[in-house]
Amino acid sequence: MKKVQVEEVKSLHSRRNFLRISGITLAGAGLVMAGCSSDDDKGSNGNSNQLPGVRDGKFDLGGGDLGVLTYAYALEQLEADFYTRVVNGNSFGSTFNAEEREVLEDLYNHEVIHREFFKAAISGVISSQDQLLPALQFDYGSLSFSNRTQVLTTARTLEDTGVAAYNGAGRYITTPDYLVLAGKIVSVEARHASAIRSLLNPGTAAFAGDDVVTSDTGLGQALKPSQVITAVSALEIIKTPFTAQFLP
Amino acid sequence: MNILKFIESFTNEGMINSLSAKGSRRDSLSQFQNMGKVAAVAAVPLGLAAFLAPNKVNAKNTMFFGPTETPTEALQLALTLEYLEDEFYDMALSSPGLLTGTDRTIIAQISKHENAHVALLANALGANAPAKPTFDFTADGAFDPFNDLETFFALAQAFEDTGVRAYKGQAANLISNGDLLTTALQIHSVEAMHASQVRRLRGQKGWIVGSDRGGLPAAAQAVYTGEEVTNQAGFNTATVSGIPAQAGPESFDEPITGATATSIASLFIVG
Repeated sequence: MKKVQVEEVKSLHSRRNFLRISGITLAGAGLVMAGCSSDDDKGSNGNSNQLPGVRDGKFDLGGGDLGVLTYAYALEQLEADFYTRVVNGNSFGSTFNAEEREVLEDLYNHEVIHREFFKAAISGVISSQDQLLPALQFDYGSLSFSNRTQVLTTARTLEDTGVAAYNGAGRYITTPDYLVLAGKIVSVEARHASAIRSLLNPGTAAFAGDDVVTSDTGLGQALKPSQVITAVSALEIIKTPFTAQFLP
Repeated sequence: MNILKFIESFTNEGMINSLSAKGSRRDSLSQFQNMGKVAAVAAVPLGLAAFLAPNKVNAKNTMFFGPTETPTEALQLALTLEYLEDEFYDMALSSPGLLTGTDRTIIAQISKHENAHVALLANALGANAPAKPTFDFTADGAFDPFNDLETFFALAQAFEDTGVRAYKGQAANLISNGDLLTTALQIHSVEAMHASQVRRLRGQKGWIVGSDRGGLPAAAQAVYTGEEVTNQAGFNTATVSGIPAQAGPESFDEPITGATATSIASLFIVG
Protein backbone atom coordinates (compact mmCIF):
# COMPACT_ATOMS: atom_id res chain seq x y z
CA MET A 1 0.00 0.00 0.00
CA LYS A 2 1.33 3.40 -0.84
CA LYS A 3 2.37 5.74 1.87
CA VAL A 4 -0.12 8.52 2.28
CA GLN A 5 1.52 11.89 2.03
CA VAL A 6 0.92 13.81 5.21
CA GLU A 7 1.33 17.55 5.32
CA GLU A 8 3.08 18.62 8.48
CA VAL A 9 2.46 22.11 9.74
CA LYS A 10 5.81 23.38 10.83
CA SER A 11 5.72 26.34 13.13
CA LEU A 12 3.62 27.34 16.09
CA HIS A 13 2.65 30.54 14.36
CA SER A 14 1.39 28.85 11.26
CA ARG A 15 -0.27 26.15 13.32
CA ARG A 16 -2.31 28.78 15.09
CA ASN A 17 -3.45 30.12 11.75
CA PHE A 18 -4.13 26.64 10.49
CA LEU A 19 -6.35 25.91 13.41
CA ARG A 20 -8.26 29.10 12.87
CA ILE A 21 -8.97 28.51 9.24
CA SER A 22 -9.49 24.78 9.25
CA GLY A 23 -12.95 25.05 10.69
CA ILE A 24 -12.01 22.93 13.67
CA THR A 25 -14.11 23.95 16.63
CA LEU A 26 -12.05 24.29 19.76
CA ALA A 27 -13.58 24.25 23.20
CA GLY A 28 -13.10 27.73 24.56
CA ALA A 29 -12.76 30.43 21.96
CA GLY A 30 -10.18 31.96 24.23
CA LEU A 31 -7.73 29.28 23.20
CA VAL A 32 -8.00 30.40 19.63
CA MET A 33 -7.72 34.07 20.35
CA ALA A 34 -4.84 33.76 22.78
CA GLY A 35 -1.54 34.35 21.11
CA CYS A 36 -2.95 36.43 18.30
CA SER A 37 -0.74 39.38 17.66
CA SER A 38 -2.44 42.66 17.07
CA ASP A 39 -1.28 42.94 13.51
CA ASP A 40 -2.47 39.49 12.61
CA ASP A 41 -5.51 39.00 10.50
CA LYS A 42 -5.89 42.48 9.09
CA GLY A 43 -8.52 41.81 6.53
CA SER A 44 -8.79 43.52 3.22
CA ASN A 45 -9.16 46.97 4.70
CA GLY A 46 -6.27 47.00 7.09
CA ASN A 47 -3.38 45.73 4.98
CA SER A 48 -2.66 46.99 1.50
CA ASN A 49 -0.24 44.26 0.50
CA GLN A 50 -1.33 41.31 -1.64
CA LEU A 51 0.75 38.67 0.01
CA PRO A 52 -0.86 35.30 0.63
CA GLY A 53 -1.98 34.98 4.21
CA VAL A 54 -4.82 34.96 6.65
CA ARG A 55 -7.23 37.86 6.46
CA ASP A 56 -10.38 37.98 8.56
CA GLY A 57 -9.89 34.39 9.60
CA LYS A 58 -9.51 32.98 6.11
CA PHE A 59 -6.40 32.32 4.10
CA ASP A 60 -6.28 34.50 1.03
CA LEU A 61 -4.26 33.18 -1.89
CA GLY A 62 -2.73 36.57 -2.50
CA GLY A 63 -2.12 38.43 -5.72
CA GLY A 64 0.55 38.83 -8.36
CA ASP A 65 2.90 36.02 -9.25
CA LEU A 66 2.92 34.68 -5.70
CA GLY A 67 -0.87 34.59 -5.75
CA VAL A 68 -0.84 32.57 -8.96
CA LEU A 69 1.73 30.15 -7.50
CA THR A 70 -0.38 29.77 -4.37
CA TYR A 71 -3.48 29.20 -6.49
CA ALA A 72 -1.64 26.48 -8.41
CA TYR A 73 -0.46 25.00 -5.11
CA ALA A 74 -4.05 24.82 -3.87
CA LEU A 75 -5.20 23.02 -7.00
CA GLU A 76 -2.29 20.58 -6.87
CA GLN A 77 -3.07 19.91 -3.19
CA LEU A 78 -6.58 18.97 -4.27
CA GLU A 79 -5.43 16.66 -7.05
CA ALA A 80 -2.73 15.07 -4.93
CA ASP A 81 -5.17 14.42 -2.12
CA PHE A 82 -7.72 12.91 -4.48
CA TYR A 83 -5.28 10.49 -6.09
CA THR A 84 -3.79 9.63 -2.72
CA ARG A 85 -7.21 8.46 -1.65
CA VAL A 86 -7.74 6.64 -4.95
CA VAL A 87 -4.54 4.58 -4.88
CA ASN A 88 -4.88 3.88 -1.16
CA GLY A 89 -8.49 2.80 -1.50
CA ASN A 90 -9.26 -0.63 -0.10
CA SER A 91 -10.68 -1.77 -3.42
CA PHE A 92 -8.13 -0.15 -5.69
CA GLY A 93 -6.87 -3.49 -6.95
CA SER A 94 -10.30 -4.80 -7.82
CA THR A 95 -12.01 -1.62 -8.98
CA PHE A 96 -9.44 -0.89 -11.67
CA ASN A 97 -7.67 -3.09 -14.19
CA ALA A 98 -3.89 -3.14 -14.59
CA GLU A 99 -3.77 -0.38 -17.20
CA GLU A 100 -6.03 1.85 -15.12
CA ARG A 101 -4.02 1.22 -11.97
CA GLU A 102 -0.85 2.20 -13.78
CA VAL A 103 -2.43 5.42 -15.03
CA LEU A 104 -3.88 6.34 -11.63
CA GLU A 105 -0.63 5.55 -9.84
CA ASP A 106 1.27 7.73 -12.29
CA LEU A 107 -1.23 10.54 -11.76
CA TYR A 108 -0.80 10.15 -8.01
CA ASN A 109 2.97 10.34 -8.41
CA HIS A 110 2.84 13.37 -10.66
CA GLU A 111 0.37 15.39 -8.59
CA VAL A 112 2.27 14.76 -5.37
CA ILE A 113 5.43 15.97 -7.10
CA HIS A 114 3.61 19.03 -8.42
CA ARG A 115 2.27 19.79 -4.97
CA GLU A 116 5.66 19.46 -3.31
CA PHE A 117 7.23 21.52 -6.08
CA PHE A 118 4.89 24.46 -5.49
CA LYS A 119 5.31 24.19 -1.76
CA ALA A 120 9.07 24.41 -2.20
CA ALA A 121 8.89 27.15 -4.80
CA ILE A 122 6.61 29.29 -2.67
CA SER A 123 8.62 28.61 0.46
CA GLY A 124 11.66 29.83 -1.37
CA VAL A 125 10.20 33.25 -2.09
CA ILE A 126 8.05 34.09 0.92
CA SER A 127 9.47 35.99 3.87
CA SER A 128 7.50 34.24 6.57
CA GLN A 129 5.83 30.89 7.00
CA ASP A 130 2.37 32.39 7.46
CA GLN A 131 2.39 33.31 3.80
CA LEU A 132 2.40 29.64 2.85
CA LEU A 133 -0.99 28.14 2.15
CA PRO A 134 -1.46 25.46 4.77
CA ALA A 135 -2.58 21.92 4.05
CA LEU A 136 -6.18 22.20 2.98
CA GLN A 137 -8.79 19.84 4.34
CA PHE A 138 -10.74 17.76 1.86
CA ASP A 139 -13.95 15.78 2.09
CA TYR A 140 -15.36 13.77 -0.79
CA GLY A 141 -18.78 13.26 0.73
CA SER A 142 -20.61 10.38 -0.80
CA LEU A 143 -18.03 9.73 -3.54
CA SER A 144 -17.22 6.04 -3.54
CA PHE A 145 -13.57 5.32 -4.25
CA SER A 146 -14.53 1.77 -5.16
CA ASN A 147 -16.79 2.99 -7.94
CA ARG A 148 -14.77 3.10 -11.15
CA THR A 149 -17.04 5.54 -12.94
CA GLN A 150 -17.26 7.95 -10.01
CA VAL A 151 -13.51 7.98 -9.55
CA LEU A 152 -12.72 8.43 -13.24
CA THR A 153 -15.31 11.13 -13.80
CA THR A 154 -14.06 13.01 -10.77
CA ALA A 155 -10.51 12.62 -12.06
CA ARG A 156 -11.63 13.94 -15.43
CA THR A 157 -13.22 16.97 -13.81
CA LEU A 158 -10.13 17.71 -11.77
CA GLU A 159 -7.75 17.34 -14.71
CA ASP A 160 -9.94 19.36 -17.08
CA THR A 161 -10.20 22.05 -14.41
CA GLY A 162 -6.46 22.03 -13.86
CA VAL A 163 -5.78 22.54 -17.57
CA ALA A 164 -8.31 25.37 -17.78
CA ALA A 165 -6.82 26.93 -14.67
CA TYR A 166 -3.24 26.92 -15.92
CA ASN A 167 -4.28 28.08 -19.39
CA GLY A 168 -6.24 30.94 -17.89
CA ALA A 169 -3.65 31.93 -15.32
CA GLY A 170 -0.70 32.21 -17.69
CA ARG A 171 -1.44 35.75 -18.70
CA TYR A 172 -1.34 36.92 -15.07
CA ILE A 173 2.21 35.70 -14.54
CA THR A 174 4.81 38.42 -14.98
CA THR A 175 8.00 36.49 -14.32
CA PRO A 176 9.02 34.50 -17.42
CA ASP A 177 10.60 31.70 -15.35
CA TYR A 178 7.30 31.12 -13.54
CA LEU A 179 5.43 31.09 -16.83
CA VAL A 180 7.77 28.43 -18.19
CA LEU A 181 7.35 26.34 -15.04
CA ALA A 182 3.56 26.57 -15.26
CA GLY A 183 3.86 25.68 -18.93
CA LYS A 184 5.86 22.57 -18.09
CA ILE A 185 3.12 21.39 -15.77
CA VAL A 186 -0.02 22.22 -17.76
CA SER A 187 0.90 19.94 -20.66
CA VAL A 188 1.30 17.05 -18.24
CA GLU A 189 -2.13 17.82 -16.79
CA ALA A 190 -3.51 17.79 -20.32
CA ARG A 191 -1.85 14.41 -20.92
CA HIS A 192 -3.56 13.23 -17.75
CA ALA A 193 -6.92 14.54 -18.87
CA SER A 194 -6.57 12.82 -22.21
CA ALA A 195 -5.68 9.51 -20.59
CA ILE A 196 -8.57 9.62 -18.12
CA ARG A 197 -10.95 10.61 -20.87
CA SER A 198 -9.84 7.71 -23.02
CA LEU A 199 -10.25 5.30 -20.09
CA LEU A 200 -13.82 6.51 -19.74
CA ASN A 201 -14.58 6.37 -23.47
CA PRO A 202 -11.95 4.34 -25.29
CA GLY A 203 -11.75 4.38 -29.05
CA THR A 204 -13.64 7.64 -29.36
CA ALA A 205 -12.92 11.34 -29.78
CA ALA A 206 -13.43 11.86 -26.04
CA PHE A 207 -9.68 11.98 -25.32
CA ALA A 208 -9.83 15.54 -26.67
CA GLY A 209 -13.56 15.86 -26.93
CA ASP A 210 -15.70 18.66 -28.24
CA ASP A 211 -16.77 19.30 -24.67
CA VAL A 212 -13.34 20.69 -23.82
CA VAL A 213 -11.79 21.54 -27.19
CA THR A 214 -13.55 23.90 -29.57
CA SER A 215 -14.24 22.43 -32.97
CA ASP A 216 -13.81 25.62 -34.96
CA THR A 217 -10.53 26.79 -33.42
CA GLY A 218 -9.12 23.69 -31.75
CA LEU A 219 -8.62 25.49 -28.45
CA GLY A 220 -8.66 24.01 -24.98
CA GLN A 221 -10.36 25.77 -22.12
CA ALA A 222 -8.92 28.75 -20.30
CA LEU A 223 -10.66 30.01 -17.18
CA LYS A 224 -9.80 32.88 -14.87
CA PRO A 225 -8.84 32.04 -11.31
CA SER A 226 -12.17 33.33 -10.02
CA GLN A 227 -14.02 31.09 -12.46
CA VAL A 228 -12.00 28.05 -11.48
CA ILE A 229 -12.46 28.74 -7.80
CA THR A 230 -16.20 29.01 -8.31
CA ALA A 231 -16.23 25.70 -10.18
CA VAL A 232 -14.06 23.94 -7.61
CA SER A 233 -16.07 25.33 -4.72
CA ALA A 234 -19.18 23.86 -6.31
CA LEU A 235 -17.62 20.42 -5.97
CA GLU A 236 -17.73 20.94 -2.20
CA ILE A 237 -14.54 18.96 -1.75
CA ILE A 238 -12.34 21.63 -0.20
CA LYS A 239 -13.51 22.13 3.36
CA THR A 240 -11.04 24.81 4.34
CA PRO A 241 -12.50 28.23 3.61
CA PHE A 242 -10.20 30.46 1.61
CA THR A 243 -10.44 33.60 -0.46
CA ALA A 244 -8.81 34.89 -3.62
CA GLN A 245 -9.67 38.56 -3.53
CA PHE A 246 -6.52 39.62 -5.33
CA LEU A 247 -6.76 37.22 -8.26
CA PRO A 248 -8.83 38.03 -11.36
CA MET B 1 12.38 31.83 -50.86
CA ASN B 2 14.13 28.76 -49.53
CA ILE B 3 11.70 27.59 -46.90
CA LEU B 4 14.40 26.03 -44.77
CA LYS B 5 16.33 29.28 -44.59
CA PHE B 6 13.12 31.11 -43.81
CA ILE B 7 12.35 28.78 -40.94
CA GLU B 8 15.92 28.86 -39.66
CA SER B 9 15.73 32.62 -39.55
CA PHE B 10 13.41 32.32 -36.56
CA THR B 11 16.41 32.13 -34.33
CA ASN B 12 18.71 34.35 -36.30
CA GLU B 13 19.28 37.33 -34.11
CA GLY B 14 21.02 39.10 -36.94
CA MET B 15 17.79 39.11 -38.90
CA ILE B 16 15.79 40.29 -35.92
CA ASN B 17 18.13 43.18 -35.31
CA SER B 18 18.24 44.10 -38.97
CA LEU B 19 14.47 44.52 -39.03
CA SER B 20 14.64 47.31 -36.54
CA ALA B 21 16.26 50.62 -37.36
CA LYS B 22 17.26 51.22 -33.77
CA GLY B 23 18.48 47.69 -33.07
CA SER B 24 15.85 47.09 -30.41
CA ARG B 25 13.78 43.91 -30.42
CA ARG B 26 10.78 45.54 -31.99
CA ASP B 27 8.17 43.18 -33.27
CA SER B 28 8.78 42.60 -36.96
CA LEU B 29 5.06 42.92 -37.61
CA SER B 30 5.47 46.66 -37.40
CA GLN B 31 7.64 46.51 -40.51
CA PHE B 32 4.67 45.48 -42.60
CA GLN B 33 2.25 48.12 -41.54
CA ASN B 34 3.20 50.61 -44.20
CA MET B 35 2.44 47.96 -46.77
CA GLY B 36 -1.22 48.23 -45.80
CA LYS B 37 -1.66 44.53 -45.97
CA VAL B 38 -2.92 43.69 -42.55
CA ALA B 39 -5.44 40.97 -43.27
CA ALA B 40 -9.06 41.03 -42.21
CA VAL B 41 -9.25 39.61 -38.75
CA ALA B 42 -12.96 39.31 -38.25
CA ALA B 43 -12.75 35.60 -37.52
CA VAL B 44 -9.82 35.94 -35.15
CA PRO B 45 -10.33 36.09 -31.41
CA LEU B 46 -10.63 39.68 -30.31
CA GLY B 47 -7.24 39.88 -28.62
CA LEU B 48 -5.40 38.76 -31.72
CA ALA B 49 -7.24 41.28 -33.87
CA ALA B 50 -6.29 44.04 -31.50
CA PHE B 51 -2.69 42.91 -31.62
CA LEU B 52 -2.62 43.31 -35.38
CA ALA B 53 -4.14 46.77 -35.35
CA PRO B 54 -1.55 49.34 -36.45
CA ASN B 55 -1.86 51.55 -33.43
CA LYS B 56 -1.02 48.72 -31.12
CA VAL B 57 2.70 48.97 -31.65
CA ASN B 58 3.63 50.90 -28.58
CA ALA B 59 6.21 50.84 -25.87
CA LYS B 60 4.67 47.81 -24.20
CA ASN B 61 4.81 45.69 -27.32
CA THR B 62 8.33 46.75 -28.11
CA MET B 63 9.71 45.95 -24.69
CA PHE B 64 10.55 42.41 -25.56
CA PHE B 65 13.92 41.63 -24.11
CA GLY B 66 15.47 38.27 -23.48
CA PRO B 67 13.86 35.60 -25.68
CA THR B 68 15.12 35.59 -29.25
CA GLU B 69 11.79 35.34 -31.03
CA THR B 70 9.19 38.08 -31.32
CA PRO B 71 5.52 37.17 -30.96
CA THR B 72 5.14 37.17 -34.73
CA GLU B 73 8.07 34.83 -35.17
CA ALA B 74 6.75 32.57 -32.41
CA LEU B 75 3.45 32.32 -34.27
CA GLN B 76 5.21 31.72 -37.58
CA LEU B 77 7.05 28.79 -36.07
CA ALA B 78 3.80 27.50 -34.61
CA LEU B 79 2.03 27.78 -37.96
CA THR B 80 4.81 25.90 -39.74
CA LEU B 81 4.52 23.03 -37.28
CA GLU B 82 0.74 23.07 -37.59
CA TYR B 83 1.00 22.94 -41.40
CA LEU B 84 3.16 19.88 -40.96
CA GLU B 85 0.79 18.07 -38.62
CA ASP B 86 -2.28 19.10 -40.61
CA GLU B 87 -0.87 17.84 -43.90
CA PHE B 88 0.39 14.65 -42.27
CA TYR B 89 -3.02 13.74 -40.89
CA ASP B 90 -4.88 14.78 -44.05
CA MET B 91 -2.63 12.53 -46.12
CA ALA B 92 -3.07 9.66 -43.67
CA LEU B 93 -6.84 9.98 -43.67
CA SER B 94 -6.76 10.00 -47.47
CA SER B 95 -4.60 6.90 -47.70
CA PRO B 96 -6.98 4.06 -48.55
CA GLY B 97 -7.21 1.46 -45.81
CA LEU B 98 -4.59 2.99 -43.54
CA LEU B 99 -6.86 4.32 -40.81
CA THR B 100 -10.01 2.42 -39.98
CA GLY B 101 -12.40 2.03 -37.09
CA THR B 102 -11.38 3.62 -33.81
CA ASP B 103 -7.98 4.64 -35.20
CA ARG B 104 -9.80 6.67 -37.80
CA THR B 105 -12.14 8.24 -35.26
CA ILE B 106 -9.23 9.32 -33.10
CA ILE B 107 -7.04 10.65 -35.90
CA ALA B 108 -10.01 12.45 -37.46
CA GLN B 109 -10.49 14.35 -34.20
CA ILE B 110 -6.81 15.27 -34.08
CA SER B 111 -6.90 16.29 -37.73
CA LYS B 112 -9.90 18.50 -37.10
CA HIS B 113 -7.98 20.37 -34.44
CA GLU B 114 -4.82 20.77 -36.52
CA ASN B 115 -6.88 22.10 -39.39
CA ALA B 116 -8.42 24.62 -37.03
CA HIS B 117 -5.01 25.60 -35.67
CA VAL B 118 -3.71 26.30 -39.17
CA ALA B 119 -6.71 28.48 -39.94
CA LEU B 120 -6.45 30.36 -36.66
CA LEU B 121 -2.73 31.04 -36.90
CA ALA B 122 -2.78 31.87 -40.62
CA ASN B 123 -5.60 34.30 -39.97
CA ALA B 124 -3.81 35.88 -37.04
CA LEU B 125 -0.60 36.32 -38.99
CA GLY B 126 -2.27 37.60 -42.11
CA ALA B 127 0.37 38.97 -44.45
CA ASN B 128 3.05 37.53 -42.19
CA ALA B 129 1.83 33.98 -42.53
CA PRO B 130 4.50 31.85 -44.19
CA ALA B 131 3.33 29.78 -47.13
CA LYS B 132 2.72 26.13 -46.48
CA PRO B 133 5.95 24.25 -47.04
CA THR B 134 6.25 21.23 -49.29
CA PHE B 135 6.48 18.19 -47.10
CA ASP B 136 8.02 14.79 -47.60
CA PHE B 137 6.86 12.58 -44.78
CA THR B 138 9.10 9.78 -45.94
CA ALA B 139 12.05 11.96 -44.97
CA ASP B 140 13.71 11.12 -48.25
CA GLY B 141 12.79 7.44 -48.12
CA ALA B 142 13.53 6.75 -44.47
CA PHE B 143 9.89 6.23 -43.52
CA ASP B 144 6.73 4.86 -45.11
CA PRO B 145 4.02 6.31 -42.86
CA PHE B 146 1.09 6.06 -45.25
CA ASN B 147 1.59 2.40 -46.01
CA ASP B 148 2.70 1.22 -42.59
CA LEU B 149 0.40 1.98 -39.68
CA GLU B 150 3.07 1.49 -37.06
CA THR B 151 5.28 4.05 -38.77
CA PHE B 152 2.37 6.44 -39.07
CA PHE B 153 1.72 6.32 -35.34
CA ALA B 154 5.42 6.62 -34.53
CA LEU B 155 5.71 9.81 -36.56
CA ALA B 156 2.43 11.09 -35.15
CA GLN B 157 3.86 10.68 -31.66
CA ALA B 158 7.03 12.46 -32.66
CA PHE B 159 5.11 15.36 -34.18
CA GLU B 160 2.74 15.79 -31.26
CA ASP B 161 5.44 15.59 -28.59
CA THR B 162 7.54 18.02 -30.64
CA GLY B 163 4.60 20.38 -30.93
CA VAL B 164 4.02 20.38 -27.18
CA ARG B 165 7.68 21.16 -26.48
CA ALA B 166 7.90 23.75 -29.24
CA TYR B 167 4.86 25.72 -28.07
CA LYS B 168 6.25 25.58 -24.56
CA GLY B 169 9.52 26.96 -25.83
CA GLN B 170 7.73 29.96 -27.29
CA ALA B 171 5.50 30.80 -24.35
CA ALA B 172 7.92 33.26 -22.80
CA ASN B 173 8.14 35.02 -26.18
CA LEU B 174 4.45 35.79 -25.92
CA ILE B 175 4.47 37.11 -22.37
CA SER B 176 4.00 40.65 -23.67
CA ASN B 177 0.58 39.87 -25.13
CA GLY B 178 -1.93 38.17 -22.85
CA ASP B 179 -4.36 37.25 -25.63
CA LEU B 180 -1.70 35.66 -27.83
CA LEU B 181 -0.16 33.88 -24.88
CA THR B 182 -3.51 32.49 -23.78
CA THR B 183 -4.32 31.31 -27.29
CA ALA B 184 -0.93 29.61 -27.54
CA LEU B 185 -1.50 27.91 -24.18
CA GLN B 186 -4.92 26.77 -25.36
CA ILE B 187 -3.40 25.19 -28.47
CA HIS B 188 -0.52 23.75 -26.47
CA SER B 189 -2.78 21.86 -24.07
CA VAL B 190 -4.70 20.34 -26.97
CA GLU B 191 -1.47 19.13 -28.58
CA ALA B 192 -0.62 17.51 -25.26
CA MET B 193 -3.97 15.71 -25.27
CA HIS B 194 -3.19 14.49 -28.79
CA ALA B 195 0.28 13.36 -27.77
CA SER B 196 -1.03 11.46 -24.79
CA GLN B 197 -3.59 9.58 -26.84
CA VAL B 198 -1.20 8.70 -29.69
CA ARG B 199 1.41 7.51 -27.19
CA ARG B 200 -1.14 5.33 -25.41
CA LEU B 201 -2.35 3.87 -28.72
CA ARG B 202 1.28 2.82 -29.27
CA GLY B 203 1.37 1.10 -25.89
CA GLN B 204 3.41 3.91 -24.32
CA LYS B 205 2.50 5.99 -21.30
CA GLY B 206 0.70 9.22 -22.15
CA TRP B 207 3.60 11.15 -20.57
CA ILE B 208 7.18 11.31 -21.66
CA VAL B 209 9.46 8.99 -19.71
CA GLY B 210 12.85 10.61 -19.31
CA SER B 211 14.58 10.90 -22.65
CA ASP B 212 13.12 7.58 -23.82
CA ARG B 213 11.94 7.91 -27.40
CA GLY B 214 9.56 5.00 -26.91
CA GLY B 215 10.61 2.80 -29.78
CA LEU B 216 10.89 5.63 -32.27
CA PRO B 217 13.84 5.56 -34.68
CA ALA B 218 17.12 7.12 -33.58
CA ALA B 219 16.49 10.17 -35.77
CA ALA B 220 13.68 11.10 -33.37
CA GLN B 221 15.88 11.27 -30.28
CA ALA B 222 16.02 15.05 -30.53
CA VAL B 223 12.32 15.06 -29.73
CA TYR B 224 13.04 13.60 -26.29
CA THR B 225 16.50 14.76 -25.36
CA GLY B 226 16.27 17.09 -22.39
CA GLU B 227 13.16 15.45 -20.95
CA GLU B 228 15.23 13.59 -18.38
CA VAL B 229 15.91 16.64 -16.25
CA THR B 230 14.95 16.48 -12.59
CA ASN B 231 15.93 19.97 -11.43
CA GLN B 232 12.99 22.31 -11.52
CA ALA B 233 14.04 25.70 -10.20
CA GLY B 234 16.23 24.00 -7.63
CA PHE B 235 13.65 21.41 -6.62
CA ASN B 236 14.58 17.80 -7.28
CA THR B 237 11.54 16.09 -8.75
CA ALA B 238 13.13 12.64 -8.44
CA THR B 239 13.51 12.64 -4.67
CA VAL B 240 10.01 13.30 -3.38
CA SER B 241 9.41 11.04 -0.40
CA GLY B 242 7.57 7.87 -1.33
CA ILE B 243 7.44 8.68 -5.03
CA PRO B 244 9.46 6.76 -7.64
CA ALA B 245 12.35 8.72 -9.10
CA GLN B 246 11.17 8.13 -12.68
CA ALA B 247 7.97 10.03 -11.96
CA GLY B 248 9.99 13.22 -11.54
CA PRO B 249 10.89 13.79 -15.20
CA GLU B 250 7.47 12.45 -16.24
CA SER B 251 5.69 15.12 -14.26
CA PHE B 252 7.23 18.05 -16.14
CA ASP B 253 7.44 18.53 -19.90
CA GLU B 254 10.45 20.48 -21.16
CA PRO B 255 10.56 23.22 -23.78
CA ILE B 256 12.63 23.03 -26.93
CA THR B 257 14.05 26.03 -28.72
CA GLY B 258 12.88 27.31 -32.07
CA ALA B 259 16.13 25.99 -33.52
CA THR B 260 15.52 22.46 -32.26
CA ALA B 261 11.90 22.48 -33.40
CA THR B 262 13.06 23.70 -36.79
CA SER B 263 15.69 21.01 -37.17
CA ILE B 264 13.15 18.31 -36.32
CA ALA B 265 10.57 19.68 -38.75
CA SER B 266 13.20 20.19 -41.43
CA LEU B 267 13.63 16.44 -41.77
CA PHE B 268 10.23 16.46 -43.48
CA ILE B 269 10.40 19.73 -45.42
CA VAL B 270 11.73 19.80 -48.93
CA GLY B 271 10.72 23.22 -50.14
